[in-house]
Amino acid sequence: MAENVKTAETKAPSKHYESFVAGIIKNNPLFVAVLGTCPALAVTISFEQSFGMGLLFTFVLICSNVIISAIRKLVPEVIKTPCYIVVIAAFVTITKMLTEAFLPELYTGLGVFLSLLVVNCIVLGRAEAFASKNTVLDSLLDACGNGIGYTLAISLIGIIREILGVGYITFGSVFTFIPLTHLPILADPNGKWNFAMSFFSQPAGGFVVMGLCLAVIMAVENHNNAKKKALARIEMQKALAAKEAAAAKPAVATASASTGSPAEKKVDTTTQQINPPKSPAQQSQENKETK
Amino acid sequence: MEIADTTLPYIVAFLLAIVSSMLIDNVILSRFYGICSFIGVGDKPKSAFSMGVAVSFVIIMAALVCWPIYTYILKPLQIPFMDTLTYILVIASLVQIVGLFIKKYSPALYRGFGIYLPLITTNCAVLGVVQGNTDSGLSFGASMANAIGTSLGYLIVIVIFSFIRIRVSEYKSPKAFKGVALALIIAAIMSMAFVGFSGMVSVK
Repeated sequence: MAENVKTAETKAPSKHYESFVAGIIKNNPLFVAVLGTCPALAVTISFEQSFGMGLLFTFVLICSNVIISAIRKLVPEVIKTPCYIVVIAAFVTITKMLTEAFLPELYTGLGVFLSLLVVNCIVLGRAEAFASKNTVLDSLLDACGNGIGYTLAISLIGIIREILGVGYITFGSVFTFIPLTHLPILADPNGKWNFAMSFFSQPAGGFVVMGLCLAVIMAVENHNNAKKKALARIEMQKALAAKEAAAAKPAVATASASTGSPAEKKVDTTTQQINPPKSPAQQSQENKETK
Repeated sequence: MEIADTTLPYIVAFLLAIVSSMLIDNVILSRFYGICSFIGVGDKPKSAFSMGVAVSFVIIMAALVCWPIYTYILKPLQIPFMDTLTYILVIASLVQIVGLFIKKYSPALYRGFGIYLPLITTNCAVLGVVQGNTDSGLSFGASMANAIGTSLGYLIVIVIFSFIRIRVSEYKSPKAFKGVALALIIAAIMSMAFVGFSGMVSVK
Protein backbone atom coordinates (compact mmCIF):
# COMPACT_ATOMS: atom_id res chain seq x y z
CA MET A 1 0.00 0.00 0.00
CA ALA A 2 2.82 2.34 0.87
CA GLU A 3 4.33 1.74 -2.55
CA ASN A 4 1.09 2.60 -4.27
CA VAL A 5 0.81 5.82 -2.34
CA LYS A 6 4.40 6.69 -3.16
CA THR A 7 4.06 6.10 -6.88
CA ALA A 8 0.80 7.97 -6.86
CA GLU A 9 2.50 10.91 -5.19
CA THR A 10 5.55 10.98 -7.41
CA LYS A 11 3.67 10.48 -10.67
CA ALA A 12 1.13 13.19 -9.86
CA PRO A 13 -1.63 10.62 -10.27
CA SER A 14 -4.13 10.90 -13.04
CA LYS A 15 -7.69 10.14 -12.06
CA HIS A 16 -7.63 7.06 -14.30
CA TYR A 17 -4.71 5.55 -12.43
CA GLU A 18 -6.41 6.26 -9.13
CA SER A 19 -9.66 4.59 -10.14
CA PHE A 20 -7.75 1.51 -11.32
CA VAL A 21 -5.52 1.06 -8.29
CA ALA A 22 -8.06 1.86 -5.57
CA GLY A 23 -9.95 -1.41 -5.95
CA ILE A 24 -6.94 -3.72 -5.80
CA ILE A 25 -5.65 -3.22 -2.27
CA LYS A 26 -6.77 0.03 -0.68
CA ASN A 27 -10.50 -0.58 -1.22
CA ASN A 28 -10.35 -4.32 -1.78
CA PRO A 29 -14.00 -5.34 -2.21
CA LEU A 30 -13.70 -8.52 -0.17
CA PHE A 31 -11.19 -7.78 2.59
CA VAL A 32 -11.72 -4.07 3.18
CA ALA A 33 -15.33 -3.43 2.18
CA VAL A 34 -16.42 -7.00 3.15
CA LEU A 35 -18.79 -7.32 0.20
CA GLY A 36 -19.49 -10.40 -1.89
CA THR A 37 -18.84 -12.75 1.00
CA CYS A 38 -21.32 -15.43 -0.09
CA PRO A 39 -19.32 -16.79 -3.06
CA ALA A 40 -16.07 -16.14 -1.19
CA LEU A 41 -17.15 -18.68 1.41
CA ALA A 42 -19.09 -21.11 -0.76
CA VAL A 43 -16.88 -21.78 -3.79
CA THR A 44 -13.44 -21.46 -2.18
CA ILE A 45 -13.02 -25.17 -1.53
CA SER A 46 -10.23 -25.29 -4.10
CA PHE A 47 -7.85 -22.75 -5.57
CA GLU A 48 -8.85 -23.34 -9.18
CA GLN A 49 -12.54 -23.02 -8.55
CA SER A 50 -12.12 -19.77 -6.64
CA PHE A 51 -9.83 -18.39 -9.32
CA GLY A 52 -12.44 -19.30 -11.94
CA MET A 53 -15.11 -17.57 -9.91
CA GLY A 54 -12.89 -14.49 -9.69
CA LEU A 55 -12.40 -14.46 -13.47
CA LEU A 56 -16.12 -14.78 -14.20
CA PHE A 57 -16.86 -12.12 -11.62
CA THR A 58 -14.35 -9.78 -13.27
CA PHE A 59 -15.88 -10.42 -16.69
CA VAL A 60 -19.40 -9.64 -15.49
CA LEU A 61 -18.23 -6.58 -13.56
CA ILE A 62 -16.32 -5.11 -16.52
CA CYS A 63 -19.15 -5.67 -19.02
CA SER A 64 -21.90 -4.37 -16.77
CA ASN A 65 -19.86 -1.38 -15.57
CA VAL A 66 -19.05 -0.31 -19.14
CA ILE A 67 -22.63 -0.65 -20.38
CA ILE A 68 -24.10 1.06 -17.32
CA SER A 69 -21.75 4.02 -17.56
CA ALA A 70 -22.49 4.24 -21.30
CA ILE A 71 -26.25 4.46 -20.69
CA ARG A 72 -26.03 6.50 -17.50
CA LYS A 73 -27.49 9.65 -19.10
CA LEU A 74 -30.37 7.82 -20.79
CA VAL A 75 -31.72 6.10 -17.69
CA PRO A 76 -34.20 8.08 -15.58
CA GLU A 77 -33.32 8.38 -11.90
CA VAL A 78 -36.47 6.57 -10.68
CA ILE A 79 -35.91 3.27 -12.46
CA LYS A 80 -32.13 3.28 -12.14
CA THR A 81 -31.70 0.15 -10.03
CA PRO A 82 -34.06 -2.12 -12.01
CA CYS A 83 -32.28 -1.13 -15.23
CA TYR A 84 -28.91 -1.96 -13.71
CA ILE A 85 -30.19 -5.31 -12.49
CA VAL A 86 -31.46 -6.19 -15.95
CA VAL A 87 -28.11 -5.26 -17.54
CA ILE A 88 -26.21 -7.32 -14.96
CA ALA A 89 -28.62 -10.26 -15.31
CA ALA A 90 -28.15 -10.24 -19.08
CA PHE A 91 -24.38 -10.49 -18.71
CA VAL A 92 -24.67 -13.17 -16.05
CA THR A 93 -26.82 -15.20 -18.44
CA ILE A 94 -24.22 -14.78 -21.19
CA THR A 95 -21.47 -15.80 -18.77
CA LYS A 96 -23.47 -18.82 -17.65
CA MET A 97 -23.97 -20.04 -21.20
CA LEU A 98 -20.32 -19.48 -22.13
CA THR A 99 -19.10 -21.27 -19.00
CA GLU A 100 -21.45 -24.18 -19.56
CA ALA A 101 -20.15 -24.54 -23.11
CA PHE A 102 -16.42 -24.10 -22.58
CA LEU A 103 -15.72 -24.89 -18.91
CA PRO A 104 -18.40 -27.41 -17.89
CA GLU A 105 -16.44 -28.47 -14.80
CA LEU A 106 -16.38 -24.91 -13.52
CA TYR A 107 -20.10 -24.57 -14.31
CA THR A 108 -21.06 -27.61 -12.23
CA GLY A 109 -18.62 -26.65 -9.47
CA LEU A 110 -19.97 -23.13 -9.04
CA GLY A 111 -23.61 -24.20 -9.37
CA VAL A 112 -26.11 -21.61 -8.18
CA PHE A 113 -23.40 -19.12 -7.27
CA LEU A 114 -22.90 -18.31 -10.92
CA SER A 115 -26.52 -17.14 -11.10
CA LEU A 116 -26.10 -15.37 -7.79
CA LEU A 117 -23.63 -12.95 -9.44
CA VAL A 118 -26.81 -11.02 -10.36
CA VAL A 119 -27.37 -10.05 -6.74
CA ASN A 120 -23.67 -9.73 -5.90
CA CYS A 121 -23.27 -6.67 -3.70
CA ILE A 122 -20.05 -5.64 -5.45
CA VAL A 123 -21.42 -5.68 -8.99
CA LEU A 124 -24.52 -3.72 -8.03
CA GLY A 125 -22.52 -1.52 -5.66
CA ARG A 126 -19.96 -0.51 -8.31
CA ALA A 127 -22.82 0.17 -10.75
CA GLU A 128 -24.59 2.43 -8.25
CA ALA A 129 -21.57 4.10 -6.70
CA PHE A 130 -19.20 4.43 -9.63
CA ALA A 131 -20.41 3.54 -13.11
CA SER A 132 -23.56 5.66 -12.84
CA LYS A 133 -21.49 8.78 -12.20
CA ASN A 134 -18.28 8.35 -14.21
CA THR A 135 -17.07 8.08 -17.79
CA VAL A 136 -16.82 4.78 -19.65
CA LEU A 137 -13.02 4.65 -19.41
CA ASP A 138 -12.98 5.32 -15.68
CA SER A 139 -15.69 2.71 -15.11
CA LEU A 140 -13.73 0.18 -17.14
CA LEU A 141 -10.58 0.81 -15.08
CA ASP A 142 -12.55 0.72 -11.84
CA ALA A 143 -14.09 -2.60 -12.84
CA CYS A 144 -10.65 -4.01 -13.75
CA GLY A 145 -9.20 -2.90 -10.42
CA ASN A 146 -12.06 -4.27 -8.38
CA GLY A 147 -12.09 -7.50 -10.38
CA ILE A 148 -8.36 -8.06 -9.86
CA GLY A 149 -8.70 -7.25 -6.17
CA TYR A 150 -11.58 -9.65 -5.72
CA THR A 151 -9.86 -12.40 -7.73
CA LEU A 152 -6.70 -12.07 -5.63
CA ALA A 153 -8.64 -12.12 -2.36
CA ILE A 154 -10.86 -15.08 -3.27
CA SER A 155 -7.87 -17.04 -4.64
CA LEU A 156 -5.99 -16.44 -1.39
CA ILE A 157 -8.86 -17.94 0.60
CA GLY A 158 -9.07 -20.79 -1.90
CA ILE A 159 -5.35 -21.58 -1.60
CA ILE A 160 -5.43 -21.55 2.21
CA ARG A 161 -8.51 -23.77 2.36
CA GLU A 162 -7.17 -26.23 -0.21
CA ILE A 163 -3.77 -26.54 1.48
CA LEU A 164 -5.26 -26.99 4.95
CA GLY A 165 -8.33 -28.98 3.97
CA VAL A 166 -7.18 -31.21 1.11
CA GLY A 167 -3.42 -31.04 1.60
CA TYR A 168 -2.41 -30.69 -2.02
CA ILE A 169 -3.24 -28.11 -4.69
CA THR A 170 -4.76 -29.52 -7.86
CA PHE A 171 -4.31 -27.84 -11.23
CA GLY A 172 -6.22 -28.86 -14.33
CA SER A 173 -9.38 -30.25 -12.78
CA VAL A 174 -11.45 -27.18 -13.60
CA PHE A 175 -9.42 -25.62 -16.41
CA THR A 176 -9.14 -28.88 -18.31
CA PHE A 177 -6.81 -27.46 -20.96
CA ILE A 178 -4.01 -27.60 -18.36
CA PRO A 179 -2.57 -31.09 -17.76
CA LEU A 180 -3.76 -32.50 -14.43
CA THR A 181 -1.05 -31.92 -11.81
CA HIS A 182 -0.95 -32.03 -8.03
CA LEU A 183 1.28 -29.95 -5.80
CA PRO A 184 1.68 -31.89 -2.53
CA ILE A 185 2.11 -29.75 0.59
CA LEU A 186 0.37 -31.27 3.61
CA ALA A 187 -0.74 -34.54 2.02
CA ASP A 188 0.35 -36.90 -0.71
CA PRO A 189 -2.05 -37.05 -3.70
CA ASN A 190 -1.68 -40.85 -3.71
CA GLY A 191 -2.62 -41.04 -0.05
CA LYS A 192 0.74 -42.25 1.33
CA TRP A 193 0.81 -39.56 3.99
CA ASN A 194 -1.83 -37.06 5.05
CA PHE A 195 -1.64 -34.22 7.56
CA ALA A 196 -4.59 -32.24 6.15
CA MET A 197 -7.62 -31.32 8.23
CA SER A 198 -10.83 -31.89 6.32
CA PHE A 199 -12.48 -29.39 8.68
CA PHE A 200 -11.25 -26.61 6.40
CA SER A 201 -13.11 -28.06 3.42
CA GLN A 202 -16.33 -27.91 5.38
CA PRO A 203 -18.52 -24.79 5.69
CA ALA A 204 -17.26 -24.01 9.20
CA GLY A 205 -13.68 -24.00 7.89
CA GLY A 206 -14.66 -21.38 5.33
CA PHE A 207 -15.95 -19.08 8.05
CA VAL A 208 -12.78 -19.61 10.12
CA VAL A 209 -10.37 -18.93 7.25
CA MET A 210 -12.25 -15.83 6.13
CA GLY A 211 -12.49 -14.55 9.72
CA LEU A 212 -8.79 -15.10 10.34
CA CYS A 213 -7.85 -13.40 7.06
CA LEU A 214 -9.90 -10.35 8.07
CA ALA A 215 -8.35 -10.40 11.55
CA VAL A 216 -4.80 -10.54 10.16
CA ILE A 217 -5.52 -7.61 7.84
CA MET A 218 -7.07 -5.69 10.71
CA ALA A 219 -4.04 -6.46 12.92
CA VAL A 220 -1.63 -5.21 10.27
CA GLU A 221 -3.69 -2.07 9.85
CA ASN A 222 -3.81 -1.50 13.61
CA HIS A 223 -0.05 -2.02 13.79
CA ASN A 224 0.57 0.49 11.01
CA ASN A 225 -1.73 3.02 12.63
CA ALA A 226 -0.01 2.58 15.99
CA LYS A 227 3.36 3.01 14.30
CA LYS A 228 2.21 6.19 12.59
CA LYS A 229 0.88 7.53 15.87
CA ALA A 230 4.08 6.66 17.72
CA LEU A 231 6.18 8.37 15.02
CA ALA A 232 3.97 11.44 15.24
CA ARG A 233 4.37 11.45 19.02
CA ILE A 234 8.15 11.20 18.78
CA GLU A 235 8.17 14.06 16.30
CA MET A 236 6.07 16.14 18.65
CA GLN A 237 8.32 15.39 21.60
CA LYS A 238 11.37 16.29 19.53
CA ALA A 239 9.75 19.57 18.55
CA LEU A 240 8.92 20.26 22.17
CA ALA A 241 12.47 19.48 23.27
CA ALA A 242 13.84 21.74 20.55
CA LYS A 243 11.54 24.50 21.69
CA GLU A 244 12.65 24.12 25.29
CA ALA A 245 16.28 24.16 24.24
CA ALA A 246 15.60 27.27 22.23
CA ALA A 247 13.86 28.81 25.23
CA ALA A 248 16.82 27.98 27.45
CA LYS A 249 19.27 29.35 24.87
CA PRO A 250 18.63 33.10 25.26
CA ALA A 251 19.54 32.95 28.92
CA VAL A 252 22.85 31.31 28.07
CA ALA A 253 23.31 33.59 25.10
CA THR A 254 22.84 36.76 27.14
CA ALA A 255 25.29 35.40 29.71
CA SER A 256 28.04 34.84 27.16
CA ALA A 257 26.77 37.78 25.05
CA SER A 258 28.38 36.44 21.91
CA THR A 259 26.07 33.89 20.20
CA GLY A 260 22.85 34.60 18.30
CA SER A 261 21.82 37.72 16.46
CA PRO A 262 19.31 40.05 18.10
CA ALA A 263 16.65 39.12 15.53
CA GLU A 264 16.91 35.47 16.52
CA LYS A 265 16.61 36.37 20.14
CA LYS A 266 13.45 38.28 19.43
CA VAL A 267 11.91 35.28 17.68
CA ASP A 268 12.92 33.05 20.56
CA THR A 269 11.33 35.29 23.14
CA THR A 270 8.13 35.62 21.17
CA THR A 271 7.83 31.84 20.79
CA GLN A 272 8.49 31.54 24.47
CA GLN A 273 5.69 33.92 25.20
CA ILE A 274 3.25 32.15 22.94
CA ASN A 275 4.16 28.63 24.04
CA PRO A 276 5.50 28.75 27.56
CA PRO A 277 7.45 25.58 28.44
CA LYS A 278 5.05 23.02 29.87
CA SER A 279 5.35 21.32 33.21
CA PRO A 280 6.02 17.55 33.10
CA ALA A 281 2.47 16.81 34.36
CA GLN A 282 0.94 18.79 31.50
CA GLN A 283 3.18 17.05 28.99
CA SER A 284 2.23 13.58 30.18
CA GLN A 285 -1.42 14.57 30.00
CA GLU A 286 -0.99 15.66 26.42
CA ASN A 287 0.74 12.40 25.53
CA LYS A 288 -2.14 10.46 27.00
CA GLU A 289 -4.58 12.43 24.90
CA THR A 290 -2.67 11.80 21.73
CA LYS A 291 -2.55 8.11 22.57
CA MET B 1 -33.65 -33.12 0.14
CA GLU B 2 -35.40 -35.12 -2.55
CA ILE B 3 -38.66 -36.64 -1.50
CA ALA B 4 -38.26 -39.82 -3.46
CA ASP B 5 -39.38 -42.29 -0.84
CA THR B 6 -42.86 -43.28 -1.94
CA THR B 7 -43.49 -45.41 1.14
CA LEU B 8 -43.74 -42.29 3.31
CA PRO B 9 -47.05 -40.44 3.44
CA TYR B 10 -46.72 -37.24 1.42
CA ILE B 11 -47.23 -34.92 4.38
CA VAL B 12 -44.52 -36.68 6.41
CA ALA B 13 -42.09 -36.46 3.54
CA PHE B 14 -42.99 -32.77 3.15
CA LEU B 15 -42.28 -32.05 6.83
CA LEU B 16 -39.05 -34.04 6.73
CA ALA B 17 -37.90 -32.04 3.73
CA ILE B 18 -38.66 -28.82 5.62
CA VAL B 19 -36.63 -29.95 8.64
CA SER B 20 -33.85 -31.10 6.37
CA SER B 21 -33.44 -27.75 4.60
CA MET B 22 -34.02 -25.82 7.85
CA LEU B 23 -31.46 -27.46 10.11
CA ILE B 24 -29.23 -29.92 8.28
CA ASP B 25 -28.61 -27.94 5.13
CA ASN B 26 -29.00 -24.54 6.79
CA VAL B 27 -29.22 -21.66 4.38
CA ILE B 28 -26.60 -19.45 6.04
CA LEU B 29 -24.34 -21.87 7.84
CA SER B 30 -23.88 -24.54 5.21
CA ARG B 31 -25.20 -23.14 1.91
CA PHE B 32 -23.76 -19.62 2.45
CA TYR B 33 -26.72 -17.65 1.09
CA GLY B 34 -27.36 -14.23 2.52
CA ILE B 35 -24.13 -13.77 4.47
CA CYS B 36 -24.12 -10.01 3.81
CA SER B 37 -27.46 -9.45 5.53
CA PHE B 38 -26.48 -11.94 8.23
CA ILE B 39 -23.40 -9.93 9.15
CA GLY B 40 -24.98 -6.56 8.45
CA VAL B 41 -27.92 -6.89 10.83
CA GLY B 42 -25.55 -7.09 13.79
CA ASP B 43 -26.57 -7.27 17.41
CA LYS B 44 -30.17 -6.05 17.28
CA PRO B 45 -32.54 -9.02 17.75
CA LYS B 46 -35.58 -6.91 16.93
CA SER B 47 -34.34 -5.80 13.55
CA ALA B 48 -32.93 -9.28 12.93
CA PHE B 49 -36.40 -10.70 13.50
CA SER B 50 -38.03 -8.13 11.19
CA MET B 51 -35.46 -8.85 8.52
CA GLY B 52 -35.90 -12.60 8.95
CA VAL B 53 -39.68 -12.43 8.66
CA ALA B 54 -39.55 -10.17 5.62
CA VAL B 55 -37.00 -12.38 3.86
CA SER B 56 -38.95 -15.54 4.74
CA PHE B 57 -42.12 -14.08 3.32
CA VAL B 58 -40.45 -13.05 0.08
CA ILE B 59 -38.67 -16.41 -0.29
CA ILE B 60 -41.94 -18.34 0.03
CA MET B 61 -43.83 -15.98 -2.30
CA ALA B 62 -41.03 -16.06 -4.87
CA ALA B 63 -40.88 -19.86 -4.82
CA LEU B 64 -44.65 -19.97 -5.16
CA VAL B 65 -44.58 -17.72 -8.24
CA CYS B 66 -41.33 -18.70 -9.95
CA TRP B 67 -41.81 -22.47 -10.12
CA PRO B 68 -45.00 -22.25 -12.24
CA ILE B 69 -43.41 -19.54 -14.40
CA TYR B 70 -40.44 -21.78 -15.13
CA THR B 71 -42.46 -24.95 -15.67
CA TYR B 72 -45.42 -23.58 -17.60
CA ILE B 73 -43.97 -20.58 -19.44
CA LEU B 74 -40.19 -20.75 -19.87
CA LYS B 75 -39.93 -24.47 -20.53
CA PRO B 76 -42.70 -24.78 -23.16
CA LEU B 77 -41.32 -21.69 -24.93
CA GLN B 78 -37.88 -23.33 -24.85
CA ILE B 79 -36.19 -20.32 -23.25
CA PRO B 80 -35.06 -21.83 -19.93
CA PHE B 81 -31.84 -19.79 -20.18
CA MET B 82 -33.91 -16.70 -19.36
CA ASP B 83 -34.55 -18.06 -15.86
CA THR B 84 -32.19 -15.82 -13.86
CA LEU B 85 -33.40 -12.68 -15.61
CA THR B 86 -37.03 -13.64 -15.02
CA TYR B 87 -36.52 -14.57 -11.39
CA ILE B 88 -34.76 -11.36 -10.45
CA LEU B 89 -37.48 -9.29 -12.05
CA VAL B 90 -40.19 -11.34 -10.32
CA ILE B 91 -38.40 -10.96 -6.99
CA ALA B 92 -37.88 -7.21 -7.42
CA SER B 93 -41.54 -6.64 -8.27
CA LEU B 94 -42.65 -8.97 -5.46
CA VAL B 95 -40.65 -6.93 -2.98
CA GLN B 96 -42.27 -3.75 -4.30
CA ILE B 97 -45.76 -5.24 -4.07
CA VAL B 98 -45.16 -6.61 -0.58
CA GLY B 99 -43.84 -3.19 0.46
CA LEU B 100 -46.91 -1.40 -0.89
CA PHE B 101 -49.25 -3.96 0.68
CA ILE B 102 -47.66 -3.70 4.12
CA LYS B 103 -47.55 0.09 3.89
CA LYS B 104 -51.29 0.19 3.20
CA TYR B 105 -52.51 -2.32 5.78
CA SER B 106 -49.96 -2.10 8.58
CA PRO B 107 -47.93 1.12 8.66
CA ALA B 108 -46.41 0.11 12.00
CA LEU B 109 -44.98 -3.07 10.51
CA TYR B 110 -43.78 -1.08 7.50
CA ARG B 111 -41.85 1.25 9.77
CA GLY B 112 -40.50 -1.81 11.59
CA PHE B 113 -39.10 -3.24 8.35
CA GLY B 114 -37.59 0.10 7.45
CA ILE B 115 -34.73 -0.14 5.00
CA TYR B 116 -34.64 -3.93 5.11
CA LEU B 117 -37.52 -4.29 2.69
CA PRO B 118 -35.82 -2.94 -0.45
CA LEU B 119 -32.62 -4.77 0.50
CA ILE B 120 -34.36 -8.13 0.17
CA THR B 121 -34.18 -7.90 -3.61
CA THR B 122 -30.42 -8.23 -3.44
CA ASN B 123 -30.45 -10.91 -0.77
CA CYS B 124 -28.81 -14.01 -2.24
CA ALA B 125 -31.08 -16.27 -0.19
CA VAL B 126 -34.16 -15.43 -2.26
CA LEU B 127 -32.63 -15.89 -5.69
CA GLY B 128 -30.53 -18.80 -4.44
CA VAL B 129 -33.55 -20.79 -3.28
CA VAL B 130 -35.61 -20.09 -6.38
CA GLN B 131 -32.76 -20.81 -8.76
CA GLY B 132 -31.71 -23.90 -6.82
CA ASN B 133 -35.25 -25.28 -6.96
CA THR B 134 -35.46 -25.20 -10.73
CA ASP B 135 -31.78 -26.02 -11.33
CA SER B 136 -32.08 -29.29 -9.44
CA GLY B 137 -35.46 -30.06 -11.01
CA LEU B 138 -37.49 -30.35 -7.83
CA SER B 139 -41.24 -30.94 -7.97
CA PHE B 140 -43.60 -28.19 -6.81
CA GLY B 141 -44.09 -29.79 -3.38
CA ALA B 142 -40.39 -30.32 -2.87
CA SER B 143 -39.54 -26.78 -3.93
CA MET B 144 -42.16 -25.34 -1.57
CA ALA B 145 -40.78 -27.50 1.26
CA ASN B 146 -37.31 -26.22 0.41
CA ALA B 147 -38.54 -22.62 0.43
CA ILE B 148 -40.37 -22.96 3.76
CA GLY B 149 -37.49 -24.83 5.39
CA THR B 150 -34.92 -22.37 4.10
CA SER B 151 -36.83 -19.35 5.30
CA LEU B 152 -37.37 -20.86 8.75
CA GLY B 153 -33.68 -21.74 8.91
CA TYR B 154 -32.75 -18.18 7.94
CA LEU B 155 -35.04 -16.73 10.61
CA ILE B 156 -33.74 -19.03 13.37
CA VAL B 157 -30.06 -18.51 12.61
CA ILE B 158 -30.23 -14.75 12.17
CA VAL B 159 -32.09 -14.29 15.48
CA ILE B 160 -29.80 -16.66 17.45
CA PHE B 161 -26.79 -14.92 15.93
CA SER B 162 -27.95 -11.45 16.99
CA PHE B 163 -28.43 -12.66 20.58
CA ILE B 164 -24.95 -14.23 20.62
CA ARG B 165 -23.48 -10.99 19.33
CA ILE B 166 -25.10 -9.03 22.16
CA ARG B 167 -23.48 -11.32 24.70
CA VAL B 168 -20.12 -11.23 22.95
CA SER B 169 -20.12 -7.45 22.68
CA GLU B 170 -20.33 -7.22 26.47
CA TYR B 171 -16.87 -8.73 26.81
CA LYS B 172 -13.44 -7.56 25.70
CA SER B 173 -12.31 -9.07 22.43
CA PRO B 174 -8.91 -8.85 20.72
CA LYS B 175 -8.58 -5.58 18.85
CA ALA B 176 -7.97 -7.26 15.51
CA PHE B 177 -11.11 -9.40 15.75
CA LYS B 178 -13.50 -6.51 16.38
CA GLY B 179 -16.46 -6.42 14.00
CA VAL B 180 -16.79 -8.71 11.02
CA ALA B 181 -13.89 -11.05 11.86
CA LEU B 182 -15.41 -11.98 15.20
CA ALA B 183 -18.83 -12.37 13.57
CA LEU B 184 -17.36 -14.86 11.12
CA ILE B 185 -15.69 -16.85 13.87
CA ILE B 186 -19.02 -16.98 15.77
CA ALA B 187 -20.66 -18.15 12.56
CA ALA B 188 -18.01 -20.88 12.25
CA ILE B 189 -18.80 -22.14 15.75
CA MET B 190 -22.54 -22.04 15.01
CA SER B 191 -21.91 -23.90 11.78
CA MET B 192 -20.01 -26.60 13.70
CA ALA B 193 -22.95 -26.84 16.10
CA PHE B 194 -25.34 -27.27 13.19
CA VAL B 195 -23.23 -30.11 11.81
CA GLY B 196 -24.61 -32.00 14.79
CA PHE B 197 -27.99 -32.13 13.06
CA SER B 198 -26.62 -34.01 10.07
CA GLY B 199 -27.86 -37.57 9.90
CA MET B 200 -30.89 -36.70 12.03
CA VAL B 201 -33.23 -36.97 9.06
CA SER B 202 -32.29 -39.03 6.07
CA VAL B 203 -34.78 -38.58 3.28
CA LYS B 204 -33.52 -40.64 0.40
